[in-house]
Amino acid sequence: MNQVIVQLQGIVKKFPGVLANDHVDLDIYAGEIHAILGENGSGKSTLMSVLAGLYKPDEGKILVNGVEKKFRSPRDAIDSGIGMVHQHFKLVEPFTVAENITLGEKQTIFGLSGKKLKASINELGKKYGLEINLNAKVWQLSVGEKQRVEIVRMLYRGSQVLILDEPTAVLTPQEAAELFRNLHRMASAGCAVVLITHKLNEVKAVADRVTVLRQGKLVGVLQKDQINPKEMVRLMVGRPVTMQYDRELAVAGEVLLELDKVNAFNDMGLPCLRDLSLTVREGEILGLAGVSGNGQRELAEVIAGLRRVESGKILLNDRNISNLSPCEIIDLGVAYVPEDRLGMGLVPELNAMENLILKSYRQPEFSGRWFLKPQAIKQNAEALISQYQVNVTSLTQPVKVLSGGNLQKLLLAREISSSPKLMVVIYPARGLDIGATEAVHKLLLKLKIRKTAILLISEDLDELFRLADRIGVVYSGQLTGDFPVEQADLEEVGLLMTGAHSARERVNDNEPAHT
Amino acid sequence: MNRPTLKLEKRLAPSPVMVFIIPLISVLLALLLGGIFLSLTGQNPLAVYAIMFTDSLGSKYGFTETIVKAIPLSLTALGVAVAFKMKLWNIGAEGQLYMGAMGASWLPLTYPALPVYLMIPGMVVLGMIAGGLWAFLTAIPRAIWKVNEIITTLMLNYVAILWVDFLVFGPWRDPLGSNFPITAPFPEAARLPEMFNSRIHAGLFFALALAVILTIVFKYSRWGYSINVIGSSERAASYAGMNIKRNILWVMFLSGAISGLAGMAEVSGIIGRLQHGISPGYGYTAIIVAWLSKLNPLAILIVSVLFGALQVGGYAAQVEGVPAAVATMLQGMILFFVLGGEVLTNYRVVLVRQKGEELRK
Repeated sequence: MNQVIVQLQGIVKKFPGVLANDHVDLDIYAGEIHAILGENGSGKSTLMSVLAGLYKPDEGKILVNGVEKKFRSPRDAIDSGIGMVHQHFKLVEPFTVAENITLGEKQTIFGLSGKKLKASINELGKKYGLEINLNAKVWQLSVGEKQRVEIVRMLYRGSQVLILDEPTAVLTPQEAAELFRNLHRMASAGCAVVLITHKLNEVKAVADRVTVLRQGKLVGVLQKDQINPKEMVRLMVGRPVTMQYDRELAVAGEVLLELDKVNAFNDMGLPCLRDLSLTVREGEILGLAGVSGNGQRELAEVIAGLRRVESGKILLNDRNISNLSPCEIIDLGVAYVPEDRLGMGLVPELNAMENLILKSYRQPEFSGRWFLKPQAIKQNAEALISQYQVNVTSLTQPVKVLSGGNLQKLLLAREISSSPKLMVVIYPARGLDIGATEAVHKLLLKLKIRKTAILLISEDLDELFRLADRIGVVYSGQLTGDFPVEQADLEEVGLLMTGAHSARERVNDNEPAHT
Repeated sequence: MNRPTLKLEKRLAPSPVMVFIIPLISVLLALLLGGIFLSLTGQNPLAVYAIMFTDSLGSKYGFTETIVKAIPLSLTALGVAVAFKMKLWNIGAEGQLYMGAMGASWLPLTYPALPVYLMIPGMVVLGMIAGGLWAFLTAIPRAIWKVNEIITTLMLNYVAILWVDFLVFGPWRDPLGSNFPITAPFPEAARLPEMFNSRIHAGLFFALALAVILTIVFKYSRWGYSINVIGSSERAASYAGMNIKRNILWVMFLSGAISGLAGMAEVSGIIGRLQHGISPGYGYTAIIVAWLSKLNPLAILIVSVLFGALQVGGYAAQVEGVPAAVATMLQGMILFFVLGGEVLTNYRVVLVRQKGEELRK
């Protein structure tokens, strides 16, 4: 095997009330792609932040090429050849790519001759297949391109070890594949690539070794030939988890929701839904794939009555509900789980009891003409919390202290308990760990069996293919594809997400036998 | 590098001890700092504080005067607290108090012969409507165009004060008042009864009743629940189907109406006529009172008494040759320390040695 570049020995990092890293050891070799796998809160990001100089470890040593280092800032880490690309890019949008790459360096674009500098960046780019237009302004770039700028910036600063925090979270499948090809090139050129992730298929596709963390502890290191999803899940979660759900395919009921050429504007007053039409039947899950920002949030809001429909019709049971008030739409049996759980779906400062009646507090069950019925509200909360296994320490504690998974369960408990006819869910598993994701998915499948029509909006194609009966693709405010899940093809859906309109025809032309 | 450093560490839960102790320590620190200031001006701080205390809380007369001041303070503080609950920053209680006083004064000045059972309720209703409408003026642009209510309520304070001045210098001036800017005295039927052989008037019951009613409204009513939701998160409220605009209008009206009631109580209970300068800034002090009470209506009653005492004590100190500003200064300092001390309820100070071990302090 190659030589060790970085060694972490017995790293301990404490936060108030949490032991984020508990004596973790890690070796990183030159030329490997090393995945750090773990659920949310398992300490993987903390560990990498320690390595990248963002946090100081409470105990333990960092050795780079055998020499002990103490990083006081990310700058020290970069000087030792360790660079990190964060999930949220740290780029200056109005600056050019070249300016961003050299930002903060002593020899800036003004000092060194611009041409020479650009030439050296271009050379780097060519070497690793990371070609970018150095004169473009960053705001003009796509997400994938921005990520490339971040990577080139780290390489330009001489990074031997490149840490990427959930790099594919914002990429389409095609962009992700491209990224992985580039990472392989970097590894074969002698760099070490460290990938923080919780996506198992990615790990299987690219990693040479996997380190699995659980609750701050190192629970296993797998070599390439040992990598298999079942084993990784067992290590991550601490118990086996079903990867595929037994689900009944929809017994297609009546059309419940129909959108007919709906147009709407986004918050900036620009068109975000353009003649969008779709239908969802009772007892069916329509999964809408799409890169976020293509009108998904606005679509959900239009249905929930939170955004004006400029033209077109939204029919619920053949009744036009467009531009009714949110209150009327709730009463017609439309439930909505927004992407923003805390702040929209739930009120951070209020407790679980109060949050669970957020939409039903007007019902005679929970209030009279003037006063609330505290007894009924408390019983409701107790029943829902035990039924949906929400982990709360007390009913009177503000919900803002709950974890993401518990917030989502609380939110779903409320929405499902209203026995909705239509459920609109957007990014239901975003940021949740495997255990919580499984729980949320099972709730949705159960709801489907109860004949509820479900519109599931997500960026996670695995999630959509595992849950949906039909897969639609939304791009730039339009529905650009709609297939029964058995006929949907991952690659084709991925292409449609990037706006390749004629994907289906093209595929059909080239491969007539394509199934 | 073995120099220990102090750092703030977030507490997992707010410390219940600190919630209680911090206001206490804040008052003590304010007194200490005020004392330093007093000694710099050549006064004996202990003597000044002794006078302030005995003349406000330490004697029967002083205590009744303290309650007299606490009545308008608590009413206006309850008024602003209603708006603050919904994160509507109504700082126009002063103006709303003046308009309430004006609305209430109109009745006895126009129909002086009304019997008491029509006169007092009529003044209460008119005072509340006038104060409420004054706040409502700012609620409309706030609800429709999101015009910042801090600016509009503040500016309308000056308009209200000057408007009352216009009335008492002009059309409503008492022809028999030898040119003083005052209206004619109210008839006996327009005066709130006084109690306990003092200037304490029936306005006290307005404050007590309202504090109880608001406690119930905020804790147990359907409307109070929706106000709480809107105040915590407007987006969650509209998601839940609550009508935010309508609630902005209602809450601002109610907030102004309560301050208007304070104005009614002042002219009817204390002064017995409308005149220039009916409030020494109750509506502004009310903001501090509401904030220190964490918007809790019952706590507002207690804090109002404390601030009433400060005001009365300040007057007493003035007689002894101490600047009147001492009381105002102490008010400001108390708020300053309470706000600063709030950090300690959510954070704790830890001493960090460079090696990594922590010494709790």
